[in-house]
Amino acid sequence: MFRWLRLWFNPDELRQVGSTPDYRFSLANERTFLAWLRTGLALIAGGLAAAQFLPPLPLPHLREGIAITLLLLGSAVALRAVEHWARVERAMRLGEDLPASRFPAVLAILISLGGLLLIAAILLQAWSRS
Amino acid sequence: MNQDPGLQPERTLLAWRRTALAVTVVALLTIRMVLQRNLADIPLIAPAVVGWLTMVAMVYRQRAAIAAGRPVASSRMLPLAALVAVGYTGLGLALILS
Repeated sequence: MFRWLRLWFNPDELRQVGSTPDYRFSLANERTFLAWLRTGLALIAGGLAAAQFLPPLPLPHLREGIAITLLLLGSAVALRAVEHWARVERAMRLGEDLPASRFPAVLAILISLGGLLLIAAILLQAWSRS
Repeated sequence: MNQDPGLQPERTLLAWRRTALAVTVVALLTIRMVLQRNLADIPLIAPAVVGWLTMVAMVYRQRAAIAAGRPVASSRMLPLAALVAVGYTGLGLALILS
Protein backbone atom coordinates (compact mmCIF):
# COMPACT_ATOMS: atom_id res chain seq x y z
CA MET A 1 0.00 0.00 0.00
CA PHE A 2 2.84 2.38 0.84
CA ARG A 3 5.00 1.14 -2.01
CA TRP A 4 4.27 4.29 -3.98
CA LEU A 5 5.60 6.42 -1.10
CA ARG A 6 9.03 4.91 -1.74
CA LEU A 7 8.87 6.44 -5.20
CA TRP A 8 9.32 9.89 -3.65
CA PHE A 9 12.64 8.90 -2.13
CA ASN A 10 13.95 6.57 -4.80
CA PRO A 11 12.17 7.30 -8.09
CA ASP A 12 14.63 5.36 -10.23
CA GLU A 13 13.52 2.13 -8.55
CA LEU A 14 10.37 2.25 -10.68
CA ARG A 15 12.38 1.83 -13.87
CA GLN A 16 14.36 -1.14 -12.54
CA VAL A 17 11.58 -3.76 -12.52
CA GLY A 18 10.48 -5.74 -15.59
CA SER A 19 11.29 -4.55 -19.09
CA THR A 20 10.87 -1.16 -20.74
CA PRO A 21 7.57 -1.06 -22.70
CA ASP A 22 7.06 0.66 -26.07
CA TYR A 23 7.87 4.32 -25.33
CA ARG A 24 4.46 5.35 -26.73
CA PHE A 25 2.71 3.54 -23.86
CA SER A 26 4.86 5.39 -21.33
CA LEU A 27 4.08 8.68 -23.08
CA ALA A 28 0.33 7.93 -22.98
CA ASN A 29 0.66 7.22 -19.24
CA GLU A 30 2.56 10.50 -18.83
CA ARG A 31 -0.16 12.47 -20.66
CA THR A 32 -2.84 10.87 -18.47
CA PHE A 33 -0.84 11.96 -15.41
CA LEU A 34 -0.58 15.50 -16.79
CA ALA A 35 -4.35 15.59 -17.48
CA TRP A 36 -4.99 14.58 -13.84
CA LEU A 37 -2.49 17.17 -12.66
CA ARG A 38 -4.36 19.85 -14.63
CA THR A 39 -7.61 18.63 -13.03
CA GLY A 40 -5.97 19.10 -9.63
CA LEU A 41 -4.63 22.53 -10.61
CA ALA A 42 -8.12 23.56 -11.81
CA LEU A 43 -9.54 22.61 -8.38
CA ILE A 44 -6.74 24.60 -6.69
CA ALA A 45 -7.45 27.58 -8.97
CA GLY A 46 -11.14 27.23 -8.04
CA GLY A 47 -10.23 27.32 -4.35
CA LEU A 48 -8.03 30.41 -4.80
CA ALA A 49 -10.79 32.10 -6.84
CA ALA A 50 -13.46 31.24 -4.22
CA ALA A 51 -11.30 32.84 -1.51
CA GLN A 52 -10.87 36.04 -3.52
CA PHE A 53 -13.99 36.56 -5.61
CA LEU A 54 -16.91 35.17 -3.58
CA PRO A 55 -18.83 37.81 -1.61
CA PRO A 56 -19.18 37.17 2.14
CA LEU A 57 -21.75 34.36 2.51
CA PRO A 58 -24.63 34.20 5.01
CA LEU A 59 -23.00 31.38 7.00
CA PRO A 60 -19.78 32.47 8.76
CA HIS A 61 -16.58 30.97 7.30
CA LEU A 62 -18.53 29.19 4.54
CA ARG A 63 -16.45 30.97 1.89
CA GLU A 64 -13.21 29.89 3.58
CA GLY A 65 -14.59 26.37 3.96
CA ILE A 66 -15.35 26.12 0.24
CA ALA A 67 -11.91 27.48 -0.66
CA ILE A 68 -10.03 25.13 1.71
CA THR A 69 -12.05 22.09 0.53
CA LEU A 70 -11.20 22.83 -3.11
CA LEU A 71 -7.50 23.42 -2.31
CA LEU A 72 -7.19 20.13 -0.42
CA LEU A 73 -9.15 18.21 -3.07
CA GLY A 74 -6.82 19.62 -5.75
CA SER A 75 -3.74 18.42 -3.87
CA ALA A 76 -5.29 14.99 -3.31
CA VAL A 77 -5.93 14.71 -7.07
CA ALA A 78 -2.31 15.68 -7.84
CA LEU A 79 -0.82 13.18 -5.35
CA ARG A 80 -3.19 10.41 -6.51
CA ALA A 81 -2.08 11.15 -10.08
CA VAL A 82 1.56 10.32 -9.17
CA GLU A 83 0.49 7.16 -7.38
CA HIS A 84 -1.66 5.96 -10.30
CA TRP A 85 1.01 6.85 -12.87
CA ALA A 86 3.58 4.81 -10.91
CA ARG A 87 1.21 1.83 -10.59
CA VAL A 88 0.42 1.87 -14.33
CA GLU A 89 4.12 2.20 -15.22
CA ARG A 90 4.97 -0.74 -12.96
CA ALA A 91 2.15 -2.89 -14.37
CA MET A 92 3.27 -2.15 -17.95
CA ARG A 93 6.88 -3.04 -17.13
CA LEU A 94 5.81 -6.33 -15.55
CA GLY A 95 3.26 -7.13 -18.28
CA GLU A 96 0.40 -7.16 -15.75
CA ASP A 97 -3.17 -5.89 -16.15
CA LEU A 98 -3.48 -2.14 -15.67
CA PRO A 99 -4.66 -1.23 -12.14
CA ALA A 100 -8.34 -0.40 -11.63
CA SER A 101 -9.23 2.63 -9.56
CA ARG A 102 -12.31 3.88 -7.71
CA PHE A 103 -10.88 7.37 -7.47
CA PRO A 104 -12.49 8.86 -10.64
CA ALA A 105 -15.95 7.72 -9.47
CA VAL A 106 -15.37 9.10 -5.95
CA LEU A 107 -14.17 12.45 -7.35
CA ALA A 108 -17.17 12.63 -9.72
CA ILE A 109 -19.60 11.95 -6.83
CA LEU A 110 -17.90 14.58 -4.62
CA ILE A 111 -18.03 17.23 -7.35
CA SER A 112 -21.65 16.34 -8.23
CA LEU A 113 -22.64 16.66 -4.55
CA GLY A 114 -20.90 20.05 -4.39
CA GLY A 115 -22.78 21.19 -7.49
CA LEU A 116 -26.13 19.96 -6.11
CA LEU A 117 -25.48 21.80 -2.82
CA LEU A 118 -24.77 24.99 -4.78
CA ILE A 119 -28.00 24.60 -6.79
CA ALA A 120 -29.93 24.09 -3.53
CA ALA A 121 -28.27 27.18 -2.01
CA ILE A 122 -29.13 29.32 -5.04
CA LEU A 123 -32.77 28.12 -5.10
CA LEU A 124 -33.10 28.69 -1.34
CA GLN A 125 -31.75 32.21 -1.72
CA ALA A 126 -34.11 33.02 -4.63
CA TRP A 127 -37.06 31.56 -2.68
CA SER A 128 -36.28 33.52 0.50
CA ARG A 129 -36.06 36.78 -1.48
CA SER A 130 -39.40 36.40 -3.27
CA MET B 1 11.05 10.39 -34.26
CA ASN B 2 9.44 12.47 -36.99
CA GLN B 3 8.34 9.22 -38.63
CA ASP B 4 6.07 8.40 -35.68
CA PRO B 5 2.58 8.62 -37.21
CA GLY B 6 0.96 9.33 -33.82
CA LEU B 7 3.25 12.31 -33.07
CA GLN B 8 3.35 11.00 -29.51
CA PRO B 9 6.36 13.06 -28.27
CA GLU B 10 4.83 16.25 -29.70
CA ARG B 11 1.46 15.54 -28.08
CA THR B 12 3.17 14.88 -24.77
CA LEU B 13 5.15 18.14 -25.00
CA LEU B 14 1.88 20.00 -25.70
CA ALA B 15 0.38 18.34 -22.59
CA TRP B 16 3.34 19.64 -20.55
CA ARG B 17 2.75 23.12 -22.02
CA ARG B 18 -0.97 23.03 -21.14
CA THR B 19 -0.01 22.02 -17.61
CA ALA B 20 2.44 24.93 -17.41
CA LEU B 21 -0.40 27.25 -18.51
CA ALA B 22 -2.59 25.87 -15.71
CA VAL B 23 0.26 26.52 -13.24
CA THR B 24 0.51 30.08 -14.64
CA VAL B 25 -3.16 30.71 -13.79
CA VAL B 26 -2.71 29.28 -10.28
CA ALA B 27 0.48 31.35 -9.72
CA LEU B 28 -1.24 34.56 -10.87
CA LEU B 29 -4.25 33.91 -8.60
CA THR B 30 -1.86 33.29 -5.67
CA ILE B 31 0.10 36.49 -6.39
CA ARG B 32 -3.15 38.47 -6.67
CA MET B 33 -4.23 37.09 -3.30
CA VAL B 34 -0.90 38.18 -1.73
CA LEU B 35 -1.18 41.67 -3.24
CA GLN B 36 -4.67 42.11 -1.73
CA ARG B 37 -3.10 41.92 1.73
CA ASN B 38 -0.65 44.13 3.57
CA LEU B 39 2.91 44.93 2.49
CA ALA B 40 4.48 42.57 5.03
CA ASP B 41 3.13 39.59 3.06
CA ILE B 42 4.89 40.56 -0.20
CA PRO B 43 7.69 37.94 0.31
CA LEU B 44 5.01 35.23 -0.17
CA ILE B 45 5.15 36.10 -3.88
CA ALA B 46 8.58 34.40 -4.04
CA PRO B 47 7.39 30.78 -3.60
CA ALA B 48 4.56 31.39 -6.10
CA VAL B 49 7.15 32.54 -8.69
CA VAL B 50 9.52 29.65 -7.83
CA GLY B 51 6.71 27.13 -8.47
CA TRP B 52 5.97 28.70 -11.84
CA LEU B 53 9.68 28.79 -12.83
CA THR B 54 10.03 25.11 -11.82
CA MET B 55 7.16 24.16 -14.14
CA VAL B 56 8.51 26.27 -17.03
CA ALA B 57 11.97 24.74 -16.55
CA MET B 58 10.40 21.26 -16.74
CA VAL B 59 8.76 22.11 -20.08
CA TYR B 60 12.09 23.32 -21.51
CA ARG B 61 13.81 20.24 -20.17
CA GLN B 62 11.23 17.99 -21.84
CA ARG B 63 11.60 19.90 -25.11
CA ALA B 64 15.37 19.35 -25.04
CA ALA B 65 14.97 15.68 -24.07
CA ILE B 66 12.54 15.07 -26.94
CA ALA B 67 14.93 16.75 -29.39
CA ALA B 68 17.67 14.44 -28.08
CA GLY B 69 15.48 11.36 -28.69
CA ARG B 70 14.58 10.68 -25.03
CA PRO B 71 10.85 11.48 -25.04
CA VAL B 72 9.83 9.69 -21.80
CA ALA B 73 10.16 12.00 -18.78
CA SER B 74 12.46 10.96 -15.95
CA SER B 75 10.57 9.41 -13.04
CA ARG B 76 11.70 12.34 -10.87
CA MET B 77 9.88 14.94 -12.95
CA LEU B 78 6.32 13.76 -12.34
CA PRO B 79 6.42 13.71 -8.52
CA LEU B 80 8.10 17.15 -8.70
CA ALA B 81 5.28 18.51 -10.89
CA ALA B 82 2.71 17.20 -8.40
CA LEU B 83 4.68 18.81 -5.53
CA VAL B 84 4.36 22.17 -7.31
CA ALA B 85 0.55 21.78 -7.13
CA VAL B 86 0.74 20.77 -3.46
CA GLY B 87 2.91 23.84 -2.81
CA TYR B 88 0.21 26.16 -4.14
CA THR B 89 -2.34 24.43 -1.88
CA GLY B 90 -0.02 25.14 1.05
CA LEU B 91 0.38 28.79 0.03
CA GLY B 92 -3.38 29.17 -0.42
CA LEU B 93 -4.09 27.60 2.99
CA ALA B 94 -1.50 29.88 4.64
CA LEU B 95 -3.08 32.94 3.02
CA ILE B 96 -6.66 31.94 3.96
CA LEU B 97 -5.93 30.85 7.54
CA SER B 98 -3.53 33.65 8.56
